[in-house]
Amino acid sequence: MGIDPPHFVACHECDLLLKEIPLLPGGVAVCCCCGASLYRNTPDSLQRTMAFTLTAVILYVIANVYPILGIEIQGIRNATNLIGAVRSLWDQGMHLISVLVGLTTVLIPALQLATMVYLILPLLMKRKPPGIALIMRVLNVIKPWGMVEVFMLGVLVSLVKLKDSSIIIPGVALWSFGGLTILLAAVATSFNPRDIWEHLDEQSESGEDRCAE
Amino acid sequence: MRRVIRRRVGPIASELGLHSCHTCGLVSDAADGGHSHVQRCPRCESRLHDRTPNSVAHCWALIISAYIIYIPANLLPIMETGSFMDYRKDTIMSGVIHLWHTGSWGIATIVFVASIMVPLFKLIALTLLLLSVQRRSIWWPMQRARLYRLVELVGRWSMLDIYVVTLLAALVQISSLATVRAGNGAIAFGAVVVLTMFASMKFDPRLIWDPLRKESDHDYYAATD
Ligand SMILES: [Zn+2]
Ligand SMILES: [Zn+2]
Repeated sequence: MGIDPPHFVACHECDLLLKEIPLLPGGVAVCCCCGASLYRNTPDSLQRTMAFTLTAVILYVIANVYPILGIEIQGIRNATNLIGAVRSLWDQGMHLISVLVGLTTVLIPALQLATMVYLILPLLMKRKPPGIALIMRVLNVIKPWGMVEVFMLGVLVSLVKLKDSSIIIPGVALWSFGGLTILLAAVATSFNPRDIWEHLDEQSESGEDRCAE
Repeated sequence: MRRVIRRRVGPIASELGLHSCHTCGLVSDAADGGHSHVQRCPRCESRLHDRTPNSVAHCWALIISAYIIYIPANLLPIMETGSFMDYRKDTIMSGVIHLWHTGSWGIATIVFVASIMVPLFKLIALTLLLLSVQRRSIWWPMQRARLYRLVELVGRWSMLDIYVVTLLAALVQISSLATVRAGNGAIAFGAVVVLTMFASMKFDPRLIWDPLRKESDHDYYAATD
């Protein structure tokens, strides 16, 4: 019998079984028992997500190559970019913290952007990239650990802490981090996992692209 | 005089032998792959579980570890600042107080909320949720569900101080004039953030609602004719 009731959803927070209803563009379905949001209708989700992701990739590169902040104390200057900050923490013997910072601000955002491109670009060209399920699972696991927006706030707090003792030279990466924060939020709101699964269902139903098992 | 207990209207997926996939959301028949012990989603092949396995026990273990590490995280210095003038060690709290005294009230408040209030709130909220779930409480399910959502939402912001220390330690390295080093408190503090994040991921919010269906059995069978 395969998939039993095809048009039901179970609330992920209270397990109430609900009948799926069509939504207007931009609409959100909410569980009537606990109020959790169940699914969304995001028009042109793939196109929008792709546009945001590609812009975010550019800003990500700038944000990681150029210095975020520089300071000047009595004529002596020092500047750092994010990777430099992670490395200097490592050199100070703070390996665990260095790894934590590197993961949450450098590696995981990169992985998020890369998997987005890998998933969405082929789907836009009506192809099915291999390993969708695995990629989606990875995205689910790493999602809470990308913390660019928290890092951005950290930069602002650092600015305030430094402002009395030194002259601050804002770097190019400071602005690109600001942009990256906004774009990653845009990617998160425009990306709709349901679209990916629906594409997958459509394509396997039409018989093409079915992987041999 | 009138106590309103929210009742659940409608069928519960797991009672009908249906499991929803936590990766793709597909609702499938649990008996379908019944021959093997591990059931997998027919669409994405994720493992299917009725409820997150050992959610409560794992969550407790993580919370208790976080409580223990919370003490050194607040007592040990997270940042050591040295210059030829003076040398100071800052714990999280003394850092906040220092910011306050230098007149940066807004930022002091932000750091206080993110580094002190949020971790404490998460620990207490998760403890309450775990206790209520273990006692199969039917009290205020909606409020507890909202509390859980809030825990999930704010948890990540505690990383703030870690990033501040990272940036300052990398920037303020100007030979003898001024140096900043990360202290051991940062390791403990980072551990608290990570442990509480894992704990809130491990908690299964459906456990909040499960005891309610016993109360309302009659109601919803009547409602689903
Ligand atoms: Zn619900
Ligand atoms: Zn699935």
